[in-house]
Amino acid sequence: MTSPDPRAGFSELKFRDPVRARAMVEALGRITDEIGRPRVSVMHVCGSHEQAIAKFGLRATFPRALHVIMGPGCPVCITDTREVDEGVALARQGVHIATYGDMLRVPGTVMSLADAQAEGAAIHVIYSAGQAVELAARLKEPVVFFATGFETTAVATAAIVLKGLPDNLSILSAHKYIPPAMDIVAATPGLAVEGFLAAGHAATITGWGVFEPFVNRHRLPVVVAGFEPLDILAGLVKLLELVRDGAPAVVNMYPRCVTRAGNLRAQEALWEVFQPSCGRWRGIADVPDGNLAFRDRFTGVDARTRFAIDVASLPRRPVSVTAGSCICGSIMAGIKSPTDCALFGSACTPEHPVGACMVSSEGTCKIWHQYGGHPDLGGIA
Amino acid sequence: MCLGVPGKVVAIDGNCATVDFWGVRRQVLLDVVDEPVAVGDYVLNHVGYAIRRIPESEIGETLALFEQLLAQDDAADLMAGDVRAEIAGTGAVPDDES
Repeated sequence: MTSPDPRAGFSELKFRDPVRARAMVEALGRITDEIGRPRVSVMHVCGSHEQAIAKFGLRATFPRALHVIMGPGCPVCITDTREVDEGVALARQGVHIATYGDMLRVPGTVMSLADAQAEGAAIHVIYSAGQAVELAARLKEPVVFFATGFETTAVATAAIVLKGLPDNLSILSAHKYIPPAMDIVAATPGLAVEGFLAAGHAATITGWGVFEPFVNRHRLPVVVAGFEPLDILAGLVKLLELVRDGAPAVVNMYPRCVTRAGNLRAQEALWEVFQPSCGRWRGIADVPDGNLAFRDRFTGVDARTRFAIDVASLPRRPVSVTAGSCICGSIMAGIKSPTDCALFGSACTPEHPVGACMVSSEGTCKIWHQYGGHPDLGGIA
Repeated sequence: MCLGVPGKVVAIDGNCATVDFWGVRRQVLLDVVDEPVAVGDYVLNHVGYAIRRIPESEIGETLALFEQLLAQDDAADLMAGDVRAEIAGTGAVPDDES
Protein backbone atom coordinates (compact mmCIF):
# COMPACT_ATOMS: atom_id res chain seq x y z
CA MET A 1 0.00 0.00 0.00
CA THR A 2 1.27 3.44 -0.88
CA SER A 3 -1.15 5.24 1.43
CA PRO A 4 0.38 7.35 4.15
CA ASP A 5 -0.11 6.23 7.69
CA PRO A 6 -3.81 6.85 8.42
CA ARG A 7 -2.85 7.45 12.02
CA ALA A 8 -1.55 10.89 11.06
CA GLY A 9 -5.06 11.97 10.15
CA PHE A 10 -6.42 10.27 13.22
CA SER A 11 -4.18 12.09 15.65
CA GLU A 12 -4.72 15.48 14.03
CA LEU A 13 -8.48 15.23 13.94
CA LYS A 14 -8.87 13.46 17.20
CA PHE A 15 -6.53 15.74 19.06
CA ARG A 16 -7.92 18.96 17.67
CA ASP A 17 -9.81 18.75 20.92
CA PRO A 18 -7.85 16.13 22.88
CA VAL A 19 -9.61 16.76 26.16
CA ARG A 20 -13.00 16.15 24.61
CA ALA A 21 -11.80 13.06 22.73
CA ARG A 22 -10.24 11.53 25.84
CA ALA A 23 -13.36 12.26 27.87
CA MET A 24 -15.55 10.53 25.29
CA VAL A 25 -13.33 7.46 25.04
CA GLU A 26 -13.42 7.21 28.85
CA ALA A 27 -17.19 7.63 28.81
CA LEU A 28 -17.54 4.79 26.30
CA GLY A 29 -15.58 2.51 28.64
CA ARG A 30 -17.51 3.59 31.72
CA ILE A 31 -20.97 3.24 30.18
CA THR A 32 -20.10 -0.13 28.64
CA ASP A 33 -19.01 -1.28 32.13
CA GLU A 34 -22.26 0.01 33.58
CA ILE A 35 -24.23 -1.96 31.00
CA GLY A 36 -22.22 -4.88 32.30
CA ARG A 37 -22.77 -7.40 29.51
CA PRO A 38 -19.88 -9.19 27.82
CA ARG A 39 -21.02 -7.96 24.40
CA VAL A 40 -22.88 -4.80 23.43
CA SER A 41 -23.52 -4.48 19.69
CA VAL A 42 -24.62 -1.34 17.90
CA MET A 43 -24.95 -0.85 14.16
CA HIS A 44 -24.34 2.00 11.76
CA VAL A 45 -25.76 1.96 8.25
CA CYS A 46 -23.45 4.23 6.31
CA GLY A 47 -20.34 3.58 4.22
CA SER A 48 -18.97 7.00 5.09
CA HIS A 49 -19.28 6.21 8.81
CA GLU A 50 -17.34 2.99 8.29
CA GLN A 51 -14.70 4.85 6.29
CA ALA A 52 -14.24 7.32 9.13
CA ILE A 53 -14.28 4.65 11.87
CA ALA A 54 -11.68 2.56 10.04
CA LYS A 55 -9.61 5.43 8.65
CA PHE A 56 -9.20 7.10 12.01
CA GLY A 57 -8.76 3.82 13.87
CA LEU A 58 -11.65 4.48 16.24
CA ARG A 59 -12.24 0.79 17.00
CA ALA A 60 -8.88 0.71 18.74
CA THR A 61 -10.29 3.15 21.30
CA PHE A 62 -13.52 1.20 21.93
CA PRO A 63 -13.96 -0.95 25.02
CA ARG A 64 -13.55 -4.66 24.32
CA ALA A 65 -17.23 -5.44 24.88
CA LEU A 66 -18.43 -2.78 22.43
CA HIS A 67 -18.99 -3.98 18.88
CA VAL A 68 -19.77 -1.33 16.27
CA ILE A 69 -21.04 -3.21 13.23
CA MET A 70 -21.63 -1.89 9.74
CA GLY A 71 -25.04 -2.88 8.42
CA PRO A 72 -26.44 -2.46 4.92
CA GLY A 73 -24.93 1.00 4.44
CA CYS A 74 -23.31 0.62 1.04
CA PRO A 75 -25.83 1.40 -1.71
CA VAL A 76 -23.65 -0.16 -4.39
CA CYS A 77 -23.20 -3.38 -2.42
CA ILE A 78 -26.88 -3.96 -1.68
CA THR A 79 -27.87 -3.43 -5.33
CA ASP A 80 -29.27 -6.84 -6.11
CA THR A 81 -27.77 -9.22 -8.66
CA ARG A 82 -31.10 -9.12 -10.50
CA GLU A 83 -30.77 -5.34 -10.89
CA VAL A 84 -27.19 -5.68 -12.17
CA ASP A 85 -28.48 -8.37 -14.56
CA GLU A 86 -31.08 -5.93 -15.90
CA GLY A 87 -28.35 -3.33 -16.56
CA VAL A 88 -26.13 -5.94 -18.21
CA ALA A 89 -29.00 -7.29 -20.34
CA LEU A 90 -29.90 -3.78 -21.51
CA ALA A 91 -26.27 -3.06 -22.33
CA ARG A 92 -26.04 -6.29 -24.34
CA GLN A 93 -29.24 -5.29 -26.13
CA GLY A 94 -27.31 -2.29 -27.48
CA VAL A 95 -28.52 0.42 -25.12
CA HIS A 96 -26.00 2.92 -23.74
CA ILE A 97 -25.78 2.56 -19.97
CA ALA A 98 -24.82 5.52 -17.77
CA THR A 99 -24.05 4.70 -14.16
CA TYR A 100 -21.97 5.65 -11.13
CA GLY A 101 -18.39 4.35 -11.30
CA ASP A 102 -18.56 1.92 -8.39
CA MET A 103 -21.31 -0.06 -10.17
CA LEU A 104 -19.08 -1.27 -13.00
CA ARG A 105 -17.41 -4.16 -11.23
CA VAL A 106 -20.33 -5.24 -9.06
CA PRO A 107 -21.05 -8.86 -9.99
CA GLY A 108 -24.40 -9.84 -11.42
CA THR A 109 -25.59 -13.41 -11.77
CA VAL A 110 -23.25 -14.07 -14.68
CA MET A 111 -21.31 -10.88 -15.32
CA SER A 112 -20.71 -7.30 -14.27
CA LEU A 113 -21.21 -4.18 -16.34
CA ALA A 114 -17.42 -4.08 -16.74
CA ASP A 115 -17.55 -7.60 -18.23
CA ALA A 116 -20.28 -6.45 -20.63
CA GLN A 117 -18.12 -3.43 -21.50
CA ALA A 118 -15.19 -5.73 -22.28
CA GLU A 119 -17.49 -7.55 -24.70
CA GLY A 120 -18.24 -4.29 -26.46
CA ALA A 121 -21.26 -2.87 -24.61
CA ALA A 122 -21.44 0.92 -24.22
CA ILE A 123 -21.08 1.72 -20.52
CA HIS A 124 -20.52 5.33 -19.45
CA VAL A 125 -19.34 6.34 -15.98
CA ILE A 126 -21.05 9.44 -14.63
CA TYR A 127 -20.74 11.30 -11.34
CA SER A 128 -24.18 12.90 -11.27
CA ALA A 129 -27.70 12.47 -12.59
CA GLY A 130 -27.25 15.64 -14.66
CA GLN A 131 -24.39 14.04 -16.57
CA ALA A 132 -26.79 11.29 -17.72
CA VAL A 133 -28.98 14.01 -19.23
CA GLU A 134 -25.96 15.61 -20.93
CA LEU A 135 -24.85 12.24 -22.28
CA ALA A 136 -28.28 11.49 -23.75
CA ALA A 137 -28.46 14.95 -25.34
CA ARG A 138 -25.07 14.35 -26.95
CA LEU A 139 -25.59 10.75 -28.13
CA LYS A 140 -29.13 10.88 -29.54
CA GLU A 141 -29.27 7.06 -29.22
CA PRO A 142 -31.17 5.31 -26.42
CA VAL A 143 -29.49 5.83 -23.04
CA VAL A 144 -30.49 4.21 -19.76
CA PHE A 145 -29.36 5.78 -16.49
CA PHE A 146 -28.81 2.84 -14.13
CA ALA A 147 -29.59 4.85 -11.00
CA THR A 148 -28.34 3.46 -7.71
CA GLY A 149 -28.05 4.90 -4.23
CA PHE A 150 -30.07 5.63 -1.14
CA GLU A 151 -32.67 8.38 -0.74
CA THR A 152 -29.98 11.09 -0.66
CA THR A 153 -28.93 10.18 -4.20
CA ALA A 154 -32.47 9.37 -5.39
CA VAL A 155 -33.36 13.02 -4.80
CA ALA A 156 -31.05 14.03 -7.66
CA THR A 157 -32.64 11.41 -9.92
CA ALA A 158 -36.07 12.77 -8.99
CA ALA A 159 -34.90 16.31 -9.78
CA ILE A 160 -33.82 15.47 -13.35
CA VAL A 161 -37.09 13.60 -13.95
CA LEU A 162 -39.14 16.56 -12.75
CA LYS A 163 -37.16 18.87 -15.01
CA GLY A 164 -37.98 16.62 -17.99
CA LEU A 165 -35.69 14.08 -19.63
CA PRO A 166 -34.54 13.95 -23.25
CA ASP A 167 -36.73 11.50 -25.20
CA ASN A 168 -33.87 9.02 -25.58
CA LEU A 169 -33.15 8.82 -21.83
CA SER A 170 -34.88 6.47 -19.42
CA ILE A 171 -34.01 5.30 -15.94
CA LEU A 172 -33.44 1.88 -14.42
CA SER A 173 -34.07 2.62 -10.75
CA ALA A 174 -32.19 0.53 -8.23
CA HIS A 175 -32.63 3.27 -5.63
CA LYS A 176 -33.11 2.04 -2.08
CA TYR A 177 -34.74 3.55 1.00
CA ILE A 178 -32.88 2.86 4.25
CA PRO A 179 -35.51 3.03 7.04
CA PRO A 180 -37.37 -0.18 6.01
CA ALA A 181 -34.07 -2.09 5.83
CA MET A 182 -33.36 -1.08 9.42
CA ASP A 183 -36.61 -2.84 10.37
CA ILE A 184 -35.40 -6.04 8.72
CA VAL A 185 -32.00 -5.88 10.40
CA ALA A 186 -33.50 -5.06 13.78
CA ALA A 187 -35.62 -8.21 13.53
CA THR A 188 -32.77 -10.50 12.42
CA PRO A 189 -32.60 -13.41 14.85
CA GLY A 190 -29.28 -13.71 16.63
CA LEU A 191 -27.98 -10.32 15.53
CA ALA A 192 -28.79 -8.68 18.86
CA VAL A 193 -28.15 -5.10 17.75
CA GLU A 194 -29.09 -2.84 20.65
CA GLY A 195 -29.07 0.51 18.88
CA PHE A 196 -28.43 2.27 15.60
CA LEU A 197 -26.14 5.10 14.59
CA ALA A 198 -27.85 6.87 11.68
CA ALA A 199 -25.96 8.72 8.96
CA GLY A 200 -25.92 12.50 9.18
CA HIS A 201 -26.18 13.47 5.55
CA ALA A 202 -28.90 10.98 4.61
CA ALA A 203 -30.90 12.36 7.53
CA THR A 204 -30.27 15.84 6.10
CA ILE A 205 -32.88 14.86 3.52
CA THR A 206 -35.30 12.75 5.57
CA GLY A 207 -34.94 14.55 8.90
CA TRP A 208 -34.44 12.67 12.14
CA GLY A 209 -38.18 12.36 12.67
CA VAL A 210 -38.20 9.54 10.11
CA PHE A 211 -36.67 7.25 12.75
CA GLU A 212 -39.38 7.79 15.38
CA PRO A 213 -41.76 5.06 14.12
CA PHE A 214 -38.80 2.66 14.00
CA VAL A 215 -37.92 3.41 17.61
CA ASN A 216 -41.52 2.87 18.68
CA ARG A 217 -41.76 -0.44 16.81
CA HIS A 218 -38.51 -1.97 17.96
CA ARG A 219 -37.88 -0.18 21.26
CA LEU A 220 -34.31 0.43 20.10
CA PRO A 221 -32.51 3.81 20.28
CA VAL A 222 -31.29 5.69 17.20
CA VAL A 223 -28.65 8.43 17.31
CA VAL A 224 -27.94 10.63 14.28
CA ALA A 225 -24.20 11.34 14.04
CA GLY A 226 -21.76 13.23 11.84
CA PHE A 227 -18.56 11.98 10.26
CA GLU A 228 -15.68 13.49 12.20
CA PRO A 229 -14.05 11.19 14.75
CA LEU A 230 -15.38 13.42 17.51
CA ASP A 231 -18.88 13.37 15.99
CA ILE A 232 -18.84 9.57 15.87
CA LEU A 233 -17.48 9.19 19.41
CA ALA A 234 -20.10 11.63 20.72
CA GLY A 235 -22.82 9.74 18.85
CA LEU A 236 -21.69 6.42 20.35
CA VAL A 237 -21.55 7.84 23.89
CA LYS A 238 -25.14 9.04 23.56
CA LEU A 239 -26.25 5.75 21.99
CA LEU A 240 -24.67 3.69 24.79
CA GLU A 241 -26.30 5.93 27.41
CA LEU A 242 -29.67 5.20 25.82
CA VAL A 243 -28.89 1.45 25.74
CA ARG A 244 -27.81 1.53 29.41
CA ASP A 245 -30.93 3.43 30.46
CA GLY A 246 -33.26 1.24 28.39
CA ALA A 247 -34.50 4.47 26.81
CA PRO A 248 -35.54 3.96 23.20
CA ALA A 249 -35.51 7.40 21.60
CA VAL A 250 -34.14 9.28 18.62
CA VAL A 251 -31.39 11.73 19.53
CA ASN A 252 -29.90 14.12 17.00
CA MET A 253 -26.20 14.60 17.71
CA TYR A 254 -25.61 16.33 14.38
CA PRO A 255 -27.81 19.42 14.66
CA ARG A 256 -25.45 21.41 12.44
CA CYS A 257 -26.70 19.36 9.50
CA VAL A 258 -29.90 17.60 10.51
CA THR A 259 -33.30 18.90 11.59
CA ARG A 260 -36.36 16.97 12.68
CA ALA A 261 -38.27 17.64 9.46
CA GLY A 262 -35.31 17.45 7.09
CA ASN A 263 -35.18 18.99 3.64
CA LEU A 264 -38.88 19.24 2.76
CA ARG A 265 -38.27 20.43 -0.77
CA ALA A 266 -36.08 17.41 -1.49
CA GLN A 267 -38.63 15.06 0.12
CA GLU A 268 -41.39 16.54 -2.06
CA ALA A 269 -39.33 15.89 -5.21
CA LEU A 270 -38.41 12.39 -4.03
CA TRP A 271 -41.97 11.28 -3.24
CA GLU A 272 -43.50 13.01 -6.24
CA VAL A 273 -41.40 10.80 -8.52
CA PHE A 274 -40.89 7.63 -6.49
CA GLN A 275 -42.97 5.34 -4.34
CA PRO A 276 -41.72 2.68 -1.96
CA SER A 277 -41.95 -0.85 -3.28
CA CYS A 278 -40.78 -4.22 -2.09
CA GLY A 279 -37.34 -5.03 -3.38
CA ARG A 280 -34.47 -7.40 -2.92
CA TRP A 281 -31.39 -6.12 -1.10
CA ARG A 282 -28.39 -8.24 -1.98
CA GLY A 283 -27.48 -10.47 0.89
CA ILE A 284 -30.20 -9.10 3.17
CA ALA A 285 -33.74 -10.05 2.14
CA ASP A 286 -36.76 -8.87 0.24
CA VAL A 287 -37.31 -5.56 1.98
CA PRO A 288 -40.92 -4.34 2.01
CA ASP A 289 -40.85 -0.68 0.90
CA GLY A 290 -37.07 -0.89 0.57
CA ASN A 291 -36.90 0.02 -3.12
CA LEU A 292 -37.83 3.27 -4.82
CA ALA A 293 -39.98 2.61 -7.90
CA PHE A 294 -41.47 5.18 -10.28
CA ARG A 295 -44.98 6.38 -9.60
CA ASP A 296 -47.52 5.66 -12.36
CA ARG A 297 -47.21 9.20 -13.71
CA PHE A 298 -43.56 8.55 -14.55
CA THR A 299 -43.71 5.07 -16.06
CA GLY A 300 -42.78 6.76 -19.35
CA VAL A 301 -39.24 7.32 -18.11
CA ASP A 302 -39.00 3.88 -16.48
CA ALA A 303 -36.55 1.72 -18.45
CA ARG A 304 -38.48 -1.36 -17.25
CA THR A 305 -41.54 -0.07 -19.11
CA ARG A 306 -39.72 1.24 -22.14
CA PHE A 307 -37.63 -1.86 -22.85
CA ALA A 308 -38.28 -5.57 -22.78
CA ILE A 309 -35.34 -6.40 -20.54
CA ASP A 310 -34.37 -9.94 -21.35
CA VAL A 311 -32.46 -11.12 -18.30
CA ALA A 312 -33.05 -14.72 -19.35
CA SER A 313 -30.91 -14.11 -22.44
CA LEU A 314 -27.76 -13.76 -20.34
CA PRO A 315 -25.39 -16.68 -20.81
CA ARG A 316 -25.48 -19.14 -17.93
CA ARG A 317 -22.15 -19.66 -16.25
CA PRO A 318 -21.55 -21.88 -13.28
CA VAL A 319 -20.73 -19.99 -10.10
CA SER A 320 -17.03 -20.41 -9.39
CA VAL A 321 -15.93 -22.09 -6.20
CA THR A 322 -14.36 -18.80 -5.15
CA ALA A 323 -17.50 -16.73 -5.69
CA GLY A 324 -19.53 -19.47 -3.99
CA SER A 325 -17.66 -18.96 -0.72
CA CYS A 326 -18.03 -15.16 -0.70
CA ILE A 327 -19.76 -14.02 2.52
CA CYS A 328 -20.64 -10.47 1.42
CA GLY A 329 -24.30 -11.12 2.22
CA SER A 330 -23.57 -11.94 5.84
CA ILE A 331 -21.21 -8.97 6.07
CA MET A 332 -23.86 -6.59 4.77
CA ALA A 333 -26.38 -8.06 7.19
CA GLY A 334 -23.91 -7.33 10.00
CA ILE A 335 -23.60 -10.99 10.98
CA LYS A 336 -19.96 -11.39 9.92
CA SER A 337 -16.85 -9.25 9.49
CA PRO A 338 -14.52 -9.15 6.47
CA THR A 339 -11.86 -10.93 8.52
CA ASP A 340 -14.26 -13.90 8.89
CA CYS A 341 -14.00 -14.44 5.11
CA ALA A 342 -11.44 -16.90 3.76
CA LEU A 343 -11.18 -14.88 0.54
CA PHE A 344 -10.57 -11.47 2.17
CA GLY A 345 -7.25 -9.99 1.09
CA SER A 346 -6.15 -13.14 -0.74
CA ALA A 347 -8.54 -14.35 -3.46
CA CYS A 348 -10.60 -11.14 -3.07
CA THR A 349 -8.84 -7.78 -3.29
CA PRO A 350 -9.80 -4.31 -4.63
CA GLU A 351 -7.86 -5.17 -7.80
CA HIS A 352 -9.67 -8.51 -8.20
CA PRO A 353 -12.93 -8.25 -6.23
CA VAL A 354 -15.06 -11.37 -5.80
CA GLY A 355 -17.96 -9.75 -3.94
CA ALA A 356 -19.67 -6.38 -4.06
CA CYS A 357 -18.28 -5.32 -0.65
CA MET A 358 -14.75 -5.28 -2.10
CA VAL A 359 -15.82 -3.16 -5.11
CA SER A 360 -17.30 0.02 -3.69
CA SER A 361 -15.46 2.71 -1.75
CA GLU A 362 -18.31 2.31 0.75
CA GLY A 363 -18.10 -1.48 0.95
CA THR A 364 -16.99 -2.89 4.29
CA CYS A 365 -14.38 -5.19 2.74
CA LYS A 366 -12.78 -2.48 0.61
CA ILE A 367 -12.70 -0.10 3.58
CA TRP A 368 -11.13 -2.72 5.87
CA HIS A 369 -8.70 -3.70 3.13
CA GLN A 370 -7.44 -0.14 2.88
CA TYR A 371 -7.56 1.00 6.47
CA GLY A 372 -7.78 -2.18 8.50
CA GLY A 373 -10.80 -2.96 10.65
CA HIS A 374 -9.16 -3.38 14.03
CA PRO A 375 -5.87 -1.47 13.78
CA ASP A 376 -3.38 -1.55 16.58
CA LEU A 377 -3.07 2.07 17.62
CA GLY A 378 -1.31 1.38 20.89
CA GLY A 379 1.10 4.22 20.32
CA ILE A 380 -1.62 6.81 19.91
CA ALA A 381 -4.76 5.90 21.76
CA MET B 1 -22.00 8.85 -1.27
CA CYS B 2 -23.21 9.92 2.14
CA LEU B 3 -20.64 12.63 2.57
CA GLY B 4 -21.38 15.23 -0.10
CA VAL B 5 -18.99 18.16 -0.36
CA PRO B 6 -19.30 21.76 0.86
CA GLY B 7 -18.49 24.77 -1.33
CA LYS B 8 -18.97 28.54 -1.42
CA VAL B 9 -21.55 30.10 -3.75
CA VAL B 10 -19.90 32.78 -5.89
CA ALA B 11 -22.67 33.44 -8.43
CA ILE B 12 -26.30 32.44 -9.02
CA ASP B 13 -28.18 32.27 -12.32
CA GLY B 14 -31.72 31.07 -11.79
CA ASN B 15 -31.55 27.54 -10.38
CA CYS B 16 -27.86 27.16 -11.06
CA ALA B 17 -25.11 28.30 -8.72
CA THR B 18 -21.43 28.68 -9.46
CA VAL B 19 -19.73 27.20 -6.43
CA ASP B 20 -16.08 27.38 -5.41
CA PHE B 21 -14.65 24.10 -4.08
CA TRP B 22 -11.18 24.95 -2.80
CA GLY B 23 -10.37 27.08 -5.84
CA VAL B 24 -12.23 24.91 -8.38
CA ARG B 25 -15.34 26.65 -9.73
CA ARG B 26 -18.18 24.35 -10.74
CA GLN B 27 -21.93 24.54 -11.30
CA VAL B 28 -24.36 23.14 -8.74
CA LEU B 29 -28.14 22.99 -9.17
CA LEU B 30 -30.39 24.52 -6.52
CA ASP B 31 -33.64 22.67 -7.38
CA VAL B 32 -33.88 20.78 -4.09
CA VAL B 33 -31.89 22.91 -1.62
CA ASP B 34 -33.68 23.37 1.71
CA GLU B 35 -33.47 27.17 1.98
CA PRO B 36 -32.98 30.14 -0.33
CA VAL B 37 -29.31 30.47 -1.23
CA ALA B 38 -27.40 33.74 -1.77
CA VAL B 39 -23.92 34.56 -3.03
CA GLY B 40 -21.47 34.04 -0.17
CA ASP B 41 -23.42 31.12 1.34
CA TYR B 42 -21.96 27.63 1.66
CA VAL B 43 -23.91 24.66 0.31
CA LEU B 44 -23.49 20.91 0.63
CA ASN B 45 -23.34 19.36 -2.86
CA HIS B 46 -24.35 15.77 -3.52
CA VAL B 47 -24.26 14.35 -7.09
CA GLY B 48 -24.62 17.76 -8.67
CA TYR B 49 -27.37 19.15 -6.44
CA ALA B 50 -27.14 21.36 -3.36
CA ILE B 51 -28.99 19.44 -0.64
CA ARG B 52 -28.39 21.91 2.18
CA ARG B 53 -27.48 25.52 2.81
CA ILE B 54 -24.92 25.35 5.60
CA PRO B 55 -25.69 27.86 8.37
CA GLU B 56 -22.88 30.38 8.90
CA SER B 57 -22.14 29.26 12.42
CA GLU B 58 -21.40 25.75 11.17
CA ILE B 59 -19.23 26.47 8.15
CA GLY B 60 -15.88 26.25 9.92
CA GLU B 61 -16.57 22.90 11.53
CA THR B 62 -18.02 21.47 8.33
CA LEU B 63 -15.08 22.55 6.16
CA ALA B 64 -12.50 21.23 8.63
CA LEU B 65 -13.24 17.55 8.00
CA PHE B 66 -13.11 17.96 4.24
CA GLU B 67 -9.90 20.00 4.30
CA GLN B 68 -8.34 17.29 6.41
CA LEU B 69 -9.39 14.65 3.90
CA LEU B 70 -8.31 16.51 0.79
CA ALA B 71 -5.00 17.67 2.31
CA GLN B 72 -3.74 14.10 2.33
CA ASP B 73 -2.99 14.10 -1.39
CA ASP B 74 -3.42 10.35 -1.43
CA ALA B 75 -5.04 9.01 -4.57
CA ALA B 76 -6.00 5.75 -2.85
CA ASP B 77 -7.80 7.27 0.12
CA LEU B 78 -11.45 6.21 -0.02
CA MET B 79 -12.98 9.21 1.75
CA ALA B 80 -10.93 11.72 -0.25
CA GLY B 81 -11.84 9.81 -3.42
CA ASP B 82 -15.55 10.03 -2.63
CA VAL B 83 -15.22 13.78 -1.99
CA ARG B 84 -13.39 14.27 -5.31
CA ALA B 85 -16.13 12.25 -7.07
CA GLU B 86 -18.70 14.63 -5.55
CA ILE B 87 -16.83 17.59 -7.06
CA ALA B 88 -16.69 15.71 -10.39
CA GLY B 89 -20.47 15.38 -10.26
CA THR B 90 -20.95 19.14 -10.57
CA GLY B 91 -21.24 20.87 -13.92
CA ALA B 92 -18.50 22.72 -15.79
CA VAL B 93 -18.85 26.50 -15.69
CA PRO B 94 -19.60 27.46 -19.33
CA ASP B 95 -17.04 30.30 -19.39
CA ASP B 96 -14.34 27.88 -18.32
CA GLU B 97 -15.05 25.39 -21.08
CA SER B 98 -13.23 27.28 -23.87
